[in-house]
Amino acid sequence: MSTQTLPSLDQLKQVANKLRIDIVRMIGEAGSGHPGGSLSEVELLVALYGRVMRHDPAHPDWPDRDRFVLSKGHGVPALYAVLAEYGYLDPALLPTLRKLGSPLQGHPDKRFLAVLEASTGSLGQGLSIGIGMAMAARMDKRDYRTFVMVGDGEIQEGQIWEAAMYAGFHKLDNLICIVDYNRQQLDGFLKDILDPAPVGEKFRAFGWDTMDIEGHDLQEVIAALEKARNSSVGTPTCVVAHTVKGQGVSFMENNPEWHGVAPKKEQVEAAVKELEKK
Amino acid sequence: MSTTTAFTLKMGAATREAYGQALAEIGRVNPNVVALDADLAKSTYSVKFAKEFPARFFSIGIAEANMVGIAGGLALSGKIPFASSFAVFLCDKGMDQLRMSIAYPRVNAKFCGSHAGVSIGEDGPSQMGIEDVALMCALPGFVVVVPSDEFCARALVHRMVEHVGPCYMRTGRPKVPVIYGPEDKFEIGKAKVHGDGKDVAIIACGLEVAQALYAKAQLESEGVQARVVDMHTIKPLDEAAVEKAARECGAIVTAEEHLLDGGMGSHVAQAVARLHPVPMEFVGIRNTYAESGTPDELVEKYGLTAKYLVAAARVVMRRKR
Repeated sequence: MSTQTLPSLDQLKQVANKLRIDIVRMIGEAGSGHPGGSLSEVELLVALYGRVMRHDPAHPDWPDRDRFVLSKGHGVPALYAVLAEYGYLDPALLPTLRKLGSPLQGHPDKRFLAVLEASTGSLGQGLSIGIGMAMAARMDKRDYRTFVMVGDGEIQEGQIWEAAMYAGFHKLDNLICIVDYNRQQLDGFLKDILDPAPVGEKFRAFGWDTMDIEGHDLQEVIAALEKARNSSVGTPTCVVAHTVKGQGVSFMENNPEWHGVAPKKEQVEAAVKELEKK
Repeated sequence: MSTTTAFTLKMGAATREAYGQALAEIGRVNPNVVALDADLAKSTYSVKFAKEFPARFFSIGIAEANMVGIAGGLALSGKIPFASSFAVFLCDKGMDQLRMSIAYPRVNAKFCGSHAGVSIGEDGPSQMGIEDVALMCALPGFVVVVPSDEFCARALVHRMVEHVGPCYMRTGRPKVPVIYGPEDKFEIGKAKVHGDGKDVAIIACGLEVAQALYAKAQLESEGVQARVVDMHTIKPLDEAAVEKAARECGAIVTAEEHLLDGGMGSHVAQAVARLHPVPMEFVGIRNTYAESGTPDELVEKYGLTAKYLVAAARVVMRRKR
């Protein structure tokens, strides 16, 4: 990808908007799924696949490709949409999300879709998997990077901090953790349940370099992720992306009710109409 | 673990020590093999690999969930990780990770849980894995092996690295009697049968195989012809060997150093019920946690020595049709 002409910021913004439409349609068609946390990830995924990561859809097994692990597996509709956009997946499959026999399982499952880097869905595990990938790169003297996206609610899981401690101590500078900090989880707002704030300070205390960014500002997201990818400070990097759950669909934004509920037909239409205007 | 008969087995190494030895052996021939431990390398004997291949050994710290997840990531990147800890910590604390990061994507990662059963002794029940076989057999696609002596353990480590897919080996703390020699061959899923007695079959695994051989000798002195089936692979179970034992003997005793709930005996019983129903008795740990004591005292107190196998054989034979 890096040898081709890079897409412009405006083009990437259009891609993000298109992915949001895909996501709303997919989940609407499936009749179940997690729209809120899928919509909050979109710019992060577009930045990774459209600009930052070294990857080649013609060679999904390329040993030197950057890895992306979606630890918050319930956000997978956004990942399927971006994989379809960038040539890893037939876009015609998107409406099969969650249907029997579809490779687009409700949570990422490598058995059904080999281009996924990992199977996830039980929260808290992706960062450890990413560490294994980053360690393998180090052993094999390969310079690929491993990106792991976790949810802010997900980091309530203890395993995340086992992993954070290990990666920081061992200075895995080829590992990047992105926190989709949308401030909500299934049962409500983090501040009312168990607030992990201050996230950056916690990761810094575990030996990570950290950045706090506006997670829907594509320019800022790209700059931060590129900086993290090419980090030379000798530590892993945690990018705390401040996002809005349900971003782009006004009736879903900042409403925990849309964590795991599919929009009905007329809601899909309203959402698509709103997104098409952008 | 004394016996009243003249039959004796020579004491050998612990299966955990054989694991470490074999791990170092495969490290020498396969550069993709890496090892991980959760601060118990000296106890699991993965330290033997660590000493020889420090750049391929990862001391993860006391964080079993993270260790299992890292093993998953290494396997997804083409390495063949062998991760070890005490059976109870690896399997119980790492269960969700063994499921989600290993079994579900069916990655090529290997695990060894040591210090299984009551025979660890004085450290007591918090350290005793007595449910690991049940847990690991509940993971689709996993191979689960419980070697009976040092030669069996060593050979099965070599089979584990040849097998593509997730594997679990259970090892024990104490030295155990030698049953086999370096020339004996072992295959995953193929039981070792000792003798062709037709009165009763004792199907055993781990350190219970030696007890079964003592029980067989005792029964022979009483005119009862027993056979012993060393079921070193619990999953996939050697159903052909189970069916043959059921058909030819008409009565089966199972013996394991594990809870009866979900242990080897329950897997054998499933096969017996389906293929050739015969009376069965089950020797194992019965719905309890154990306690501190010497290994010999505990194996005796929890009903796992040869005399209990003999008693079970007598009971089950009375129920033969």
